[in-house]
Amino acid sequence: MRKLFSEKNTEIGRKSVSRRILLLGLGKMTLIGLLAWRMRKLQIEDSEKYRLQAEENRINMRLIPPERGLILDRRGRELAINVGNYKLVITSEKTRNPKKTLGKLAELINLDDEEIDKILKDINKRSPFVPVTIAEHLSWESFSKVVLNLPALPGITPEMGLTRYYKKASSIAHVVGYVGPVSRKDLERFESPDPVLQIPKFQIGKTGVERELEEKLRGKASLSKVEVNAAGRIIRETERIMGFSGANLRLTLDNHLQEYCHQRLSGLSASCVLMGVNSGQIIALASMPSFDPNKFVFGISQKDWDSLLNNKLRPLSNKAVSGAYPPASTLKMAVAISALENGIISKSDAFDCPGHFDLGNQRFHCWKKKGGHGRIDLKEAISQSCDVFFWEVARKVGIENIRLTAKGLGLGTKFDLPLSSITKGLIPSKEWKRKKLDQNWRVGDTLNAAVGQGFTLASPLQLVVMTSRIASGRAVRPQLVKSINGKSKIQTSFPELNYSRDSLSIIRDGMFLSVNNSKGTAFKSRIKDETQIMAGKTGTSQVRRISLEERETGVLSNDQLPWEQRDHAIFVAYAPYKNPKYAVSIIIEHGGSGAQVAAPIGRDILLKAFDSDKKLIV
Amino acid sequence: MFSFKNIVDGNLSYLKKFFLFHWPLAVLTLATGAFGILMLYSVAGGSMLPWAEPQLMRFVVGFGVMAIISFIHIDFWRSLTIPLYFSSLLLLIAVMFYGEGTGAQRWIDLGFIRLQPSEIVKVTLVMALALYYSTIPILAQSRLLWLIPPVLLICIPTFLVFSQPDLGTSLLILTSGLAVMFLAGVSIWYFVLGAFAGIGLISSVFMTRGTSWQFLTDYQLGRIDVYLNPSLDPLGAGYHITQSKIALGSGGLSGRGFMQGTQSQLDFLPEKHTDFIFTTLAEEFGYFGSVGLLTIYALIVIFCLLSAAKNQDRFGALLTSGLAVMFFLFFFVNMAMVMGLAPVVGVPLPLISWGGSAMLVLLGAFGLIQSAHIHQPRN
Repeated sequence: MRKLFSEKNTEIGRKSVSRRILLLGLGKMTLIGLLAWRMRKLQIEDSEKYRLQAEENRINMRLIPPERGLILDRRGRELAINVGNYKLVITSEKTRNPKKTLGKLAELINLDDEEIDKILKDINKRSPFVPVTIAEHLSWESFSKVVLNLPALPGITPEMGLTRYYKKASSIAHVVGYVGPVSRKDLERFESPDPVLQIPKFQIGKTGVERELEEKLRGKASLSKVEVNAAGRIIRETERIMGFSGANLRLTLDNHLQEYCHQRLSGLSASCVLMGVNSGQIIALASMPSFDPNKFVFGISQKDWDSLLNNKLRPLSNKAVSGAYPPASTLKMAVAISALENGIISKSDAFDCPGHFDLGNQRFHCWKKKGGHGRIDLKEAISQSCDVFFWEVARKVGIENIRLTAKGLGLGTKFDLPLSSITKGLIPSKEWKRKKLDQNWRVGDTLNAAVGQGFTLASPLQLVVMTSRIASGRAVRPQLVKSINGKSKIQTSFPELNYSRDSLSIIRDGMFLSVNNSKGTAFKSRIKDETQIMAGKTGTSQVRRISLEERETGVLSNDQLPWEQRDHAIFVAYAPYKNPKYAVSIIIEHGGSGAQVAAPIGRDILLKAFDSDKKLIV
Repeated sequence: MFSFKNIVDGNLSYLKKFFLFHWPLAVLTLATGAFGILMLYSVAGGSMLPWAEPQLMRFVVGFGVMAIISFIHIDFWRSLTIPLYFSSLLLLIAVMFYGEGTGAQRWIDLGFIRLQPSEIVKVTLVMALALYYSTIPILAQSRLLWLIPPVLLICIPTFLVFSQPDLGTSLLILTSGLAVMFLAGVSIWYFVLGAFAGIGLISSVFMTRGTSWQFLTDYQLGRIDVYLNPSLDPLGAGYHITQSKIALGSGGLSGRGFMQGTQSQLDFLPEKHTDFIFTTLAEEFGYFGSVGLLTIYALIVIFCLLSAAKNQDRFGALLTSGLAVMFFLFFFVNMAMVMGLAPVVGVPLPLISWGGSAMLVLLGAFGLIQSAHIHQPRN
């Protein structure tokens, strides 16, 4: 034991300590070298990668939604505008007791306990500096009440956003359409949806012009690059890429005439189109009944939606473009032009109308079945709408020729307008029937088609285009957008139709007589003013099959039938006869006789259009 | 053994002591502290508050404490070793019952300072082991029986700290203790054996995972998992490592400039004023800055080790080198942690991280090193 404590041992110990220190020191330096090597890897080799990640960390993109373009009528009157959306947000870090603040707020605006609970939950989920929306779309009164009391409401911030508002809402609902919150279905419409659509409750066009011209109206969002900290709080804006507001649209519509049409059709299930004969500009396009598009802007309530959907008069449908009806006698002009152009008849050829027409053992009845029209020529046949005459002609012309002419006049054509669900209508052909119904075409089908029944279908839009083309002799196309951001979008000239002037003028004469001859179907609705003489054609399209027994006991009048089985009343017209300016078409669903029901409305609309022109000049 | 006069100035005058002071070491200590205050100023967004100013005050106080300790004879400190060691153990036990805070940062609030006994015990353990090995016969130290007291000296505080629970600090205590044993000259074979045992222990920790025999808490195991694969939890526990690597890496060669580090200025870094302060430094001063600090640290360690190697007094030599190892472990573990080389264990960067307790203890340790240096036997 003593040996252990000798001096020599201490010396040995000291040396061993030095050796161990050296060993340990070397180990440490190796480890320090390892750290330095690691730093080199991070800070020099991979520096670029990490610099990039640091940037990604710090920069956030924020979208500032653009202001949606306005929609105006042809005279610059506002149809769809943006109004302030007054809302209130709460920032919980600015109030000591959010619950108390909300309680006080509830004394000023409608806010029930359930809503307060929901807001408080929202607050707890988010960082304290994130504003949480309390209420939107407040009235100016309640909003100003809150603003006045702000000092007593810590943490509450009044904000103003923009939201769509439709003036003269229901009269323009079908044309302008409406916007609503973006749905997943909306996003699927675009190949690469603009990121602005991801903003909660961003409004997108759902129907009509709002939908079809969505991208022009929307504009482009500004992009604000902001520096944020780890918690997401914005420190400052580093860059802003300016977007632009949506384009302002000027439509060809005249708001006053639009409203007039809307009112004139009220109470009916009907639609009408008023168009410039030579320009193709749609001055008014109304469909009834209508609805309030403003209800859709914030998302429509289930109750309102159900009542719109369950209404059998289909208020949501724009019947003027998407309604397809048998055009009835209004198709006779096309048959007549086809017959003249193909040399089947001359303008003076006449046929006998005994009130019926026999095809084999099948008998077709003229609308005037008692005694018929007697000997009748083309002009008279148009004006008195003699079915037998056109059956005689149609049998010779054949469906293919009728079809070509009808197409040339704009029937069976889908026009390119920024409106929703535009129908193509239908002008049948032999091939169509074979393909669609797997049946051969029969002469009876031609006869039905010649008087706009059977398979034929047309919309008021197509009928007004047809009328304009007959009146102008040009292949007028309908137009709805006058200008976008002041840049004209109007097509000013249209090619002439491929029909001889003679043919067209005979048809026009027929239409003139139809209104202005005492025997004409629409004589009661004529315009007496020399400068505004109207030419037109009535149509009454049958929606039911009249049975043999009914023929014998006497055809039931519309008054005796349930609404769904009554005839559609149709009228097309243009005026003034000598120098055509406006064309109009009206279809009243199950309205009865075209002459009695539709023609007076057509006359009134045309008169109103002239009236409004006069006012403009004065 | 010695008079009061001896305690205060030994056989040396104050002037002499002043010249014998290890100046390079003192200057490096001062430089590190200054660097730390600069970084605290930066992470506060260019403000002396809330961190830089109190840290400066503490540093001044701490530096004074260091000077006082330096001027007192090493033998005095040696004679205080046993009471110091046992009172630090008592504090460790007390903090379990009366301490504030949870887990890694258990402290006792003394009013002017929050005392972390786990910091103090690092130094007192090194002192105790140095005393032990300077007292027992050299030839006895590798004998199995003579290994029992030092192992107990190490294991008791290690266990107490581990059960706080503070895995990081307990491992640091264990390692510094073992280092002193190694320095004292305990046969190398014990360490080889110990290494094997350690590997066995670690694998058993993972083997028993999920059983009722689980050693570590789920929280600790989770941190190790995330260390092994930070992408497991990029916004949770892995967030710290990922963000600190981004900060380090984006610093590049010359850094983004003082107070220009986006990672730290925008709060992406966790604990940016404490454990992760090195990332701010590396982000703002780049590779030059981080290697610069590493060099300063390396020099401090080298100076201490050189002083220890030359010291004829076995207590002083073991104390100096042991504390140097402790200091080394501090910054090595911290840096390895922020660089993603080691799990996030909550070890501050010595003399730089915000925190009074750790800095005071460290400066006290430097005082002891200086004292051992000044009062070493000179023939």
